[in-house]
Amino acid sequence: MAADVETIDTVNALAEGGYKWGFSTDIEMDLAPKGLNEDIIRLISSRKNEPEWLLEWRLKSYAAWLTMEEPDWAMVNHPPIDYQDLHYYAAPKKKPGPKSLDEVDPELLKMYEKLGIPLKERAILAGVELPEGEAPQVAVDAVFDSVSVATTFRSTLAKSGVIFCPISEAVQDHPELVRKYLGSVVPAGDNYFAALNSAVFTDGSFVFIPKGVRCPMELSTYFRINARNTGQFERTLIIVEDGGHVSYLEGCTAPQRDENQLHAAVVELVAMDDATIKYSTVQNWYPGDVNGVGGIYNFVTKRGACRGARSKISWTQVETGSAITWKYPSCILQGDDSVGEFYSVAVTTNHQQADTGTKMIHIGRNTRSTIVAKGISAGKSNNTYRGLVRVLPKAEGARNFTQCDSLLIGNQCGAHTVPYIESRNATAKLEHEATTSKISDDQLFYCRSRGLSQEDAVGMIVNGFCRDVLKELPMEFAVEAQKLLAVSLEGSVG
Amino acid sequence: MSAALKPTALQSSALAFLSRFEGLRARLPGDVAIRDEAAGILRSTGLPGPREEAWRYTHLRSLAEVEFNEPLTPVADCADLLSRIPDFDAPRLIFVDGRFRDDLSTVPSLAAVRVGGPAFGALAQPASEKLVALNTMLAEDGADISVPAGVDAGTVVLVSLGTDLHGRAVAFHPRHNISLGKGAKLTLVEIAVGDGVYLHNPVLSVAVSPEATMTHLRIQDESRSAFVLSTVYADVGEGGTYDSFLLALGGKLTRAEIHARLGGPNAIAHLNAAQLLADHQHADFTTIVSHDAPNCASRQTVKTVLSGKSRGVFQGKIEVARVAQKTDGYQMNQALLLSPDCEMDSKPQLEIYADDVKCSHGATVGELDAEQLFYLRSRGVPAAEARMMLVRAFLDEALEPITHEATRTAMEHAIALWWERQAA
Amino acid sequence: MLEIKNLEAAIGDKAILRGIDLVVPKGEVHAIMGPNGSGKSTLSYVLSGRPGYDVTGGTATFDGHDLLSMEPEERAALGVFLAFQYPVELPGVGNANFLRTALNAQKRARGEAEIDAPGFLKLARAEMKRLSMPDDMLKRNVNVGFSGGEKKRNEVLQMAILKPKLAILDETDSGLDIDALKIVADGVNSQRGPDFSAVVITHYQRLLDYIVPDRVHVLSAGRIIRSGGPELALELEANGYAAIVAEAA
Ligand SMILES: Nc1ncnc2c1ncn2[C@@H]1O[C@H](COP(=O)(O)OP(=O)(O)OP(=O)(O)O)[C@@H](O)[C@H]1O
Ligand SMILES: [Mg+2]
Repeated sequence: MAADVETIDTVNALAEGGYKWGFSTDIEMDLAPKGLNEDIIRLISSRKNEPEWLLEWRLKSYAAWLTMEEPDWAMVNHPPIDYQDLHYYAAPKKKPGPKSLDEVDPELLKMYEKLGIPLKERAILAGVELPEGEAPQVAVDAVFDSVSVATTFRSTLAKSGVIFCPISEAVQDHPELVRKYLGSVVPAGDNYFAALNSAVFTDGSFVFIPKGVRCPMELSTYFRINARNTGQFERTLIIVEDGGHVSYLEGCTAPQRDENQLHAAVVELVAMDDATIKYSTVQNWYPGDVNGVGGIYNFVTKRGACRGARSKISWTQVETGSAITWKYPSCILQGDDSVGEFYSVAVTTNHQQADTGTKMIHIGRNTRSTIVAKGISAGKSNNTYRGLVRVLPKAEGARNFTQCDSLLIGNQCGAHTVPYIESRNATAKLEHEATTSKISDDQLFYCRSRGLSQEDAVGMIVNGFCRDVLKELPMEFAVEAQKLLAVSLEGSVG
Repeated sequence: MSAALKPTALQSSALAFLSRFEGLRARLPGDVAIRDEAAGILRSTGLPGPREEAWRYTHLRSLAEVEFNEPLTPVADCADLLSRIPDFDAPRLIFVDGRFRDDLSTVPSLAAVRVGGPAFGALAQPASEKLVALNTMLAEDGADISVPAGVDAGTVVLVSLGTDLHGRAVAFHPRHNISLGKGAKLTLVEIAVGDGVYLHNPVLSVAVSPEATMTHLRIQDESRSAFVLSTVYADVGEGGTYDSFLLALGGKLTRAEIHARLGGPNAIAHLNAAQLLADHQHADFTTIVSHDAPNCASRQTVKTVLSGKSRGVFQGKIEVARVAQKTDGYQMNQALLLSPDCEMDSKPQLEIYADDVKCSHGATVGELDAEQLFYLRSRGVPAAEARMMLVRAFLDEALEPITHEATRTAMEHAIALWWERQAA
Repeated sequence: MLEIKNLEAAIGDKAILRGIDLVVPKGEVHAIMGPNGSGKSTLSYVLSGRPGYDVTGGTATFDGHDLLSMEPEERAALGVFLAFQYPVELPGVGNANFLRTALNAQKRARGEAEIDAPGFLKLARAEMKRLSMPDDMLKRNVNVGFSGGEKKRNEVLQMAILKPKLAILDETDSGLDIDALKIVADGVNSQRGPDFSAVVITHYQRLLDYIVPDRVHVLSAGRIIRSGGPELALELEANGYAAIVAEAA
């Protein structure tokens, strides 16, 4: 079919176009020596001036990690990772706080600019205080390699009782909260990468929303891996007390490098009675080049506990980056009537491999979950949806609806669906549907006969395919995600 | 495994089978090399364990706790078991504890049949599945049925009786091979019944030549204390059809695994099943459909009804190779949970490497629809009857494609009996 | 002006159009009728550039442009519009977004100024009102879940908004209720003018009561076997195709 070949050619031609966020930034770094051992962990802990209990927790996690093996069940392949060949700590060298933009390391500013962070926020991120009132609408935490470099809007947020700060600071300022919740959703020994993260995590965001508070603005974190041969191990902890509400956004990019870089993050969410957490991710780590050289290994453990009755955790992700994605944002639905949601778009092109999905564990009565997963594979990539829905005996009246759809572009790629559906309660009702298809020639022709170019037609159809997920993203992110889809689909469709 | 460690139950069980093989080795009929290969595999890898993805829902621990003996030959009268086999007015091959019984069988005229030793065939290889290795190592008998090109061989009934005459648990591993020449036709009705504790571990290979049609209808109504671990390999050539249906009612721990490969263009496979489970039964229906040629179609409707503390498992994988453009693959798995203590695990899987395909699957798990029940009752149908009507309606979708009247009647009868037992 | 000369087209080995000659001068509306499977839709697809057809002979030009060598979107920008016999569903793609993107792509290709969102909405609302279509049709996904008649009306809405120079309507009347038929006919008639021509493919004389054609052609087995004035449609309605087909053979 003529149309087909053309689409595939377009894809291939554009795939060479490359990654737009692949710049690297020359900033003076404070770098720990390569390798992983107890001394490195002690060094990280002391650099961060951590209390004894945290160091012990790290060391215990490290001991657990040593006894574990890398998981092999996902449909991904990569050469063995040499965990001793990485830096586990890299931070921009600390200088006294700048008074104005002119004093800020221009490279840092340039990086924010390239990341598309607006100027005002750039200034704030760089540590320049702006007069009140000139405030942008989103509070931003920027994590640069291992360290949170700046968090905006802290004082505004503090007025409503919201804590939004780097987790390293939370350890200093709110140790009781961190100690209570850290590892309570993802235990240190949960899996290989979570154990590694627990041993060496350096920074990440901490959010606490007290009882009854609706966070007055979106919170967001930009993650950036910059230094060479560093692993990034951020740790995010979000706690929302009874009746609280927060929407949290996460964006990630990395420079273009020939070697693979490791990213093993842990995100823990806790929602108490009537609390709502909306967690959105646009993941755009460097995916490697057309030949599959370089790119981030993204091995992430994300889990939310709906501890309270009527609590709700909603994950939305748009995954276009990384050489390998291994990621299953999950919900433990403990509270009665709690709700878990997972909306995902995963795009793979060139040699990318994604094995991603979710777990919905129904424990409480009348718990409900919805899964909508859209996978798009192009080039020589492999895209797997892997999802578990488990209903435990006490989950009377539990409900799950799952829809996963795959779109294949070209016949050098693979699209796979691996759902696990386990019900131990007769009153539970589970429904799962999955389809695999390609962009139909009829749809393409229909659009073109109305005047759209081949690329625009493909872009429009693909965006339509992802609509149910994209509409879950907060407004500003949705626009960004659509553009990102178009760009990665430039590297894959249009 | 280090010698110092105490072997697990699964490991001891594998060792027991191996030592039985050592004892029998000299006496077993047929090619000994292939048996040695199978034994080597079993020795190094053991029986399937829960850490294997394909066995995550079915654990052989309870099997490993039983000590199995080789069947005694010949066994005495099995009139009672025979009386449970519906009369089909078709030639039937009867195996008792895995051995062919000439005295009870009638041999078909339109197909060539060879018995008296395992019919290994070429499709099922010990290296591909551990249960095939176990079977290969110990198989003593089986039927080799071949239908010449262009011949419609009608219906052949293949019966397995598992006995409990000696109060000793026996294990038998029949190995059957069916081949259909170009354009040939065969309806194979497999019926298995039994009493007592035993292990029935059959392997059956089906080679369907181009344009040939094999209809494979199975009624598994074995002893409620039995272990039934069966594997079928079907390979379908261009324009051929493998149409199968399994009704599973019996057994304590059962797994029916089917590997169907569509190897030529326009081939078709139907792997339908209904499982009716009660008490502590565990039944696993696992299928792997490999689309290896363009324009093939596969269809699966699998229904499970669970009561008591039973556990049902469905694993269905559709693999589409790069060459298999225009594949049409569909799979529907539905489970009805009738009691609060049962469990259903379902894993429908797609693995797709061709872009111009239409593949989909659906799965639902739930209880009887309260609205429908109420509707029927409001029209005067008593609750128990209303439930039965709805369960029958649920199963009908799977049974519907069965056109072989006698088998369908036998299946409906078996389902009615099952329901009576539940109601009682 | 549309000029088709000895056009032959095949799908794979199967010849479907076997030498079509047809001229539709500017400002005229021509009807094409013919038995099922005679090649009417094929002709409309070949003219609008649907992939999968091999043009094995002949030419087709519009206002002097060689249609057959152009991409579908280039033909659209030139002013060729096909109302599909079976309009295609685009899940997730909003009708308004689709139409505006298409309109602006055409405008861009012609070097005209693009239309902004409010301007487009005003235009679309006005046309929808004329076609008695509810406003919510704009919000829905393109043709998804539309009834048969709604899909056809949506095609006419697209035509009204895109304002083509040559409209090919492939059985746009089938599936329409009587009121909708009139509305659709009005939609076409309102476009009529010196710079608009149309090819109306239909099975029913009834449509031609509302859209009175300048010429009527009968297509059979890939050839035009008879042409005439509007009265030819009446004759077909009364006698069927058999007589004409036999006569041509
Ligand atoms: N993809 C195809 N492959 C093979 N034959 C085709 C294909 N598409 C159309 N045809 C055949 O081409 C012939 C013309 O079809 P076409 O759709 O143009 O007819 P039509 O005149 O529009 O009929 P109708 O009045 O039913 O709409 C028919 O015989 C049809 O079966
Ligand atoms: Mg037509």
